[in-house]
Amino acid sequence: MNRHDPSLDACYLDYAATTPMRPEAIAAMEPFLRTTFANPSGSHAAARAAKTALEEAREEIAGLLGAAPSEVVFTAGGTEADNLAVKGAARAARAAGEGDAVVTTAFEHKGVLAACDRLAREGFRTTRATVTAAGIVDLDSLADALDDQTVVVSVMLVNNEVGTIQPLDAVVDLVRARAPRAVIHTDAVQAVPWLDLAGAASGADLVAVSAHKFGGPKGTGALVVRGTTSLEPLIEGGGQERGLRSGTSNVAGAVAMAAALRVTCAHREADVERVAALRDRLVDGLLGAIPATFENGDRARKVAGNAHLGFEGIEAEALLVALDTAGICAAAGSSCSSGATEPSHVLAALGVAPTRALASVRFSLGAASVDADVDAALRIVPDAVARLRAAGVAA
Amino acid sequence: MTGRRVLVAMSGGVDSSVAAALLLEQGHDVTGVTLKLWGGDSDSGCCSVSDVEDARRVAAQLGIPHYVFNFSSDFDAKVVDPYVGSYAAGRTPNPCVECNRSIKFGRLLERADALGFDFLATGHHARVRRVDGGHHLVRGADLAKDQSYVLYMLGPRELARTLLPVGELTKGSVREHAARLGLRTAAKPESMDVCFITRGHRAAFIGARASTACGSIFDTSGAVVGYHHGVEQFTVGQRRGLGVALGERRYVVDVDATRAAVTIGTRADLLRDETVLRDLAFVGAAPGPSPLLAQVRAHGEPVDARLVASTVCYERPQPRVAPGQVVVLYEGDTVVGGGIAT
Repeated sequence: MNRHDPSLDACYLDYAATTPMRPEAIAAMEPFLRTTFANPSGSHAAARAAKTALEEAREEIAGLLGAAPSEVVFTAGGTEADNLAVKGAARAARAAGEGDAVVTTAFEHKGVLAACDRLAREGFRTTRATVTAAGIVDLDSLADALDDQTVVVSVMLVNNEVGTIQPLDAVVDLVRARAPRAVIHTDAVQAVPWLDLAGAASGADLVAVSAHKFGGPKGTGALVVRGTTSLEPLIEGGGQERGLRSGTSNVAGAVAMAAALRVTCAHREADVERVAALRDRLVDGLLGAIPATFENGDRARKVAGNAHLGFEGIEAEALLVALDTAGICAAAGSSCSSGATEPSHVLAALGVAPTRALASVRFSLGAASVDADVDAALRIVPDAVARLRAAGVAA
Repeated sequence: MTGRRVLVAMSGGVDSSVAAALLLEQGHDVTGVTLKLWGGDSDSGCCSVSDVEDARRVAAQLGIPHYVFNFSSDFDAKVVDPYVGSYAAGRTPNPCVECNRSIKFGRLLERADALGFDFLATGHHARVRRVDGGHHLVRGADLAKDQSYVLYMLGPRELARTLLPVGELTKGSVREHAARLGLRTAAKPESMDVCFITRGHRAAFIGARASTACGSIFDTSGAVVGYHHGVEQFTVGQRRGLGVALGERRYVVDVDATRAAVTIGTRADLLRDETVLRDLAFVGAAPGPSPLLAQVRAHGEPVDARLVASTVCYERPQPRVAPGQVVVLYEGDTVVGGGIAT
């Protein structure tokens, strides 16, 4: 008998990693796979049909994100959008003689940090502002990092591991005052299901989103490029997306993303309230049932779906195996290319001690989460932790 | 015996792939795991990303769960650092033995227990035999491929919870099983090197992590016959790379890190009647004075010897065993135990 049967219903608590596609998005996408398949860059009627659909999707997305249609650049996902933003803006600014310093935070997504590291190898001066134990960027540290050579400041809107919402308005005010020429980028990939970006990200010049985090398909994302922001493209070729991202447009992806965004925004307020209640029941339940358990990041300042807990005396890597065997999907740290868990730079940035960081797990809920998910977790997690503790395996 | 929960360490190689498949055929509840041990420069030896991918594909083919455990910080602390330290101290370590001791049958076995597995299995070519009151570790059926030497440290607790499914098979029949089962790694060549160092780069690896002094090369009369750039480049018994031309073949007879001195001599100078061991470990009770077989290399010919307290006394003089190397003692094909040469 082998326990690994993919048809067993899993209790999915990894929405921050990805979300299932919304039925509306699948339905919207299908015609573009079967019949309206033409390359929108052509000059025939079939191409025009595809082009119209692409531009309608762009308009809808722009409206929901608080941007003009011409400000929306389609990419192949959030990581690409982040790379285009950070590298593109920095290189363009340096070429224009505006400076060579880039400022970000210690707990950005690896897409942003890797882009900054690449820029550092190109001779840019890169600095990472520190983060508080609550999981909020330290504005004083950020202020200290800014100077008249700063050309790009990148601060995420919602952290992907601990879910904390960053004070982007305060960041914008600070940067406009201290480094007025700097371009402000925000990785809003984790924010879309929970915040109205039209308001929350309105001060940023560059805003990155990723469809598969809000019920759209993987491999599709967008970068809002406001007004006169200058970017050097990463991918050059046929000149699509105003030259900022060449390549045959992924019409099906764009259409699906628009549909997913539409539904997400329409239900957001209700979803936030409902999911927050589920999350609180989960976290309070686990805190109550399992001794020596702690939360990472300030719950009051997190998005509704995030729960990040540490269980003293166990190893998260082992707990995830136990949970997987019992049918619960959760996450810890980040995965490297081999699939192994790497220590979390986010928890390190929050000042979480290494043994506690290695004992911490992220449970993330989404719009599709239901009471049964929380019930299953409350049934299984305490038992799994207790068994690991009894076996005496400490991180 | 069937229906037990078994965690199989899968390196991506053909032996551990077949081990997993055989256990599944025997009706056990099998889970595969690959260890991430090293993320350094040599991501080309065992357990590289492509090896993980091979293991994952075999697991998917077999329909078993597969995980990757990141034990790289333990591996650094318990295998790599001591390896560098040993060479810098003039010794010749066996990192595969240390990995088995601390990582595969240490950390991993602990985690298997914590997760409620009944057994840990590997693709090592050796056999665990149940006997009255416990278990024996026995050579594998294919003596040319026997790996019991690197498992000598397994005690009764470990052996009671270890399965070695391919120990009964010859290498040829392992590959036949792999082909029969349609495993993708059937034709994969064996990995031979230290997994965290690319072949030929040991000196550079150690040099980057430890600084050792230059010094003199002496002959057995105490005369200086040459110079060296670090004792870590020499191993007792070494014949090549001495940088000294003296006509007759010379061997490294001694390495003294405290004096940064290397002594070379003839083969006769290398011969010893005994080896004193430290950190002795016995599978069962310590052997008495009866005749045993001593093996000083992973695939070496065993020689007649006896154990007197911590000293292995050879029937016939043997070339000196490099300090740091493992000597394993056998009664027939059964591992009695072993220790580390001083």
